[in-house]
Amino acid sequence: MYKAFLIKYGEIGVKGKNRHLFEDALCKQIRNSLKRVEGDFSVTKENGRVYVEALSDYDYEDALKAIQSVFGIVGICPMIQVEDEGFDELAKVVVGHIKETYPDKKITFKVDARRARKNYPLNSMEINMKMGEKILEAFEEQGMRVDVHHPDIFVNIEIRSKINIYSQEIKGMGGMPVGTNGKAMLLLSGGIDSPVAGYMAAKRGVTIDAVYFHAPPYTSERAKQKVIDLARLVSRYTGSIALNVVNFTDIQLYIYEKCPHDELTIIMKRFMYRIAQALAEKSGALALVTGESIGQVSSQTLQSLAVINEVAVMPVIRPLVSFDKQEIIDISEAIGTYETSIQPFEDCCTTFVAKHPVTKPNSKVIHKSEEKLSEKIDELVKTALETVETIIVE
Amino acid sequence: MQAYFDNSATTRCIPAVREAMDRIYDEDYGNPSSLHMMGVNAEKHVKNVREVLARILKVNEKEIVFTSGGTESNNMAIIGCAMANKRSGNHIITSSIEHAAVLEPMKFLEEQGFSVTYLPVDEKGRVDLAALKEAVREDTILVSVMCVNNEIGTIEPMEEIAGIVKQKNPKAYFHVDAIQGFGKLKLYPKRMGIDMLSVSGHKINGPKGVGFLYIDEKVKIKPIILGGGQQKGMRSGTDNVPGVVGLAKAAGIAYDNFEEKQNHLYELRRHMIDGLKNFDCVTINGIEETGADTGAAPHIISVSFAGVRSEVLLHALEDKEIYVSAGSACSSNKPSLSKTLLATGTPKDVIESTVRISFGTSNTLEEVEYCLSVLRDLIPVLQKYVRK
Repeated sequence: MYKAFLIKYGEIGVKGKNRHLFEDALCKQIRNSLKRVEGDFSVTKENGRVYVEALSDYDYEDALKAIQSVFGIVGICPMIQVEDEGFDELAKVVVGHIKETYPDKKITFKVDARRARKNYPLNSMEINMKMGEKILEAFEEQGMRVDVHHPDIFVNIEIRSKINIYSQEIKGMGGMPVGTNGKAMLLLSGGIDSPVAGYMAAKRGVTIDAVYFHAPPYTSERAKQKVIDLARLVSRYTGSIALNVVNFTDIQLYIYEKCPHDELTIIMKRFMYRIAQALAEKSGALALVTGESIGQVSSQTLQSLAVINEVAVMPVIRPLVSFDKQEIIDISEAIGTYETSIQPFEDCCTTFVAKHPVTKPNSKVIHKSEEKLSEKIDELVKTALETVETIIVE
Repeated sequence: MQAYFDNSATTRCIPAVREAMDRIYDEDYGNPSSLHMMGVNAEKHVKNVREVLARILKVNEKEIVFTSGGTESNNMAIIGCAMANKRSGNHIITSSIEHAAVLEPMKFLEEQGFSVTYLPVDEKGRVDLAALKEAVREDTILVSVMCVNNEIGTIEPMEEIAGIVKQKNPKAYFHVDAIQGFGKLKLYPKRMGIDMLSVSGHKINGPKGVGFLYIDEKVKIKPIILGGGQQKGMRSGTDNVPGVVGLAKAAGIAYDNFEEKQNHLYELRRHMIDGLKNFDCVTINGIEETGADTGAAPHIISVSFAGVRSEVLLHALEDKEIYVSAGSACSSNKPSLSKTLLATGTPKDVIESTVRISFGTSNTLEEVEYCLSVLRDLIPVLQKYVRK
């Protein structure tokens, strides 16, 4: 049975002098992800490769899934690990492995041996040849052939202190390890889009903090719990997330009182951006991440996005900007956030949504409306920032 | 101050009940089906429980079947009865304001080829008796109408329904879902013409996960849960001895000093409604009057404040430790309006702003006063912020 995994990474292999930082981040994320899996593991880097070894009994499926959820990995090779008990013993293991793994033997193969431990009695070429013979001996009658140029499978044999054998590679998610590209503040609602946006930003190595705007009694405790649950699901990919819960009720009510109703959503979102930025500055985040997609709702027309974006001083990353809803849903299903997102406590603050909101807001008009807030809004924002509840979700 | 006004959702399991149950868990925990002393002792408790419940309802002990609660009781009465009587006919009658634990089994039976008539109700939620008279047919095998509507608290005219059913088709059975009525009203199935009656434990300060179905011995019914043949084969599964002991204890307490308790609930309801009527734009759904002959259950009030969405009011009250329930779930992706309120002809905007207040005997007038004073603060503010 597989006792270890060879982890193959793509992009981070070419990062020059910073490479060790990327590798360390990758190891850390793998360790972190494996914490949720029963069993003890060691994660080590060695000569430009990362190995995961099981130190105890473990659940193969769960471990594989945990490693697959780490960004920065292009391939995962489950390995058989044996002690060196001579070439004949090794050949038995290799033949056994092929027998079990490939029920249809009408395939071509090539043995690819590497000898990191130079005192092994055979050199790499010799291992390739002799192992090839042993495999043919066992399976030639069933149709197995050698093909050194384009084989169906590579039978990899690594001679180290132990001997690793692998022939399969399971696809990883790609991307870069979280922690290698700074931190950003995700505006997380209870919907379908924002968790996907957070996931996608993290895919490029960005560490994620999040902010959720809570408006009791217009949004319920369950709505808040739903956001916490979503953050937890996203954290499987991003690592732990500091979720900032902002009490937004008073600001919403004040805007409602003072500003034209059809501009409410635009002005509200501008204040959400402002608050998110203040929190980002405090936590050292360098950008905002939102789930906005052009034209999806009235506040996401390009005109609306432009007016909302005016208040941004940091970059606003919108990974979903040109995705269709169905494409977003597909990702959300694949990463496991969809079912939580569609729980029906999303929108109890529909009280505040105008029946006919502006879709082409005029920047000057919005500025004028915001002026009407001048008396109390700074104080309200300050209070909102002071009363933030930060929940560490992991 | 805390005020739990959601007693129709569930109630606190009171200490006397828990103590009675604890003794079973701790000492007489045997399986009544076991042959040894421990089994015999446990069986004695179950027998005693039957006696207590039979006395309360004035029925025979063997006519009580224990279940896992109200939902199972309703399922058993409806599906079990339909399965056992399908040779006599395939027509069933119910009302349009029943609980899902009745309506869903009905839907299931429709899929199995039964035909179900849903009776309309008047604006107070009372079943239309003329429509019932028309609906009962030769091939009607079952009529199921609730005792007290869980949302608006209207008491259905059970005796009149029984009279009409028996007159038009003496072979048809009459089932009553009494989950909101048992413990709050005196119910005597045999005198009232009720053939089956569903009861739940946790609505009457008893434990969750236990209930019973009264089945008149003349009713032909099949079990819906099969297994080891417990309860004379009517409901398999190891007897929930602690559960039924708790249920009987709670029922005994509910019907002890009954008039006093009922009057207390009447007083709470009257007081609350008087206070609520002082608000602008308030609607009391169902029957407004309180008292023995009004047709309103003593413990339920359904109220709407114009322009205030149910869930918003619920969460605002929650913040003051007052717990009520919402008449309808507000959500953008799944608008679900209460079937009961739709059937009584309540306008959509009133339905969306309906909350239910439901009392238990441990609620006090002070709590009612507290709730009214909180509402006096909240309602004007909440009415100010409405969707435009």
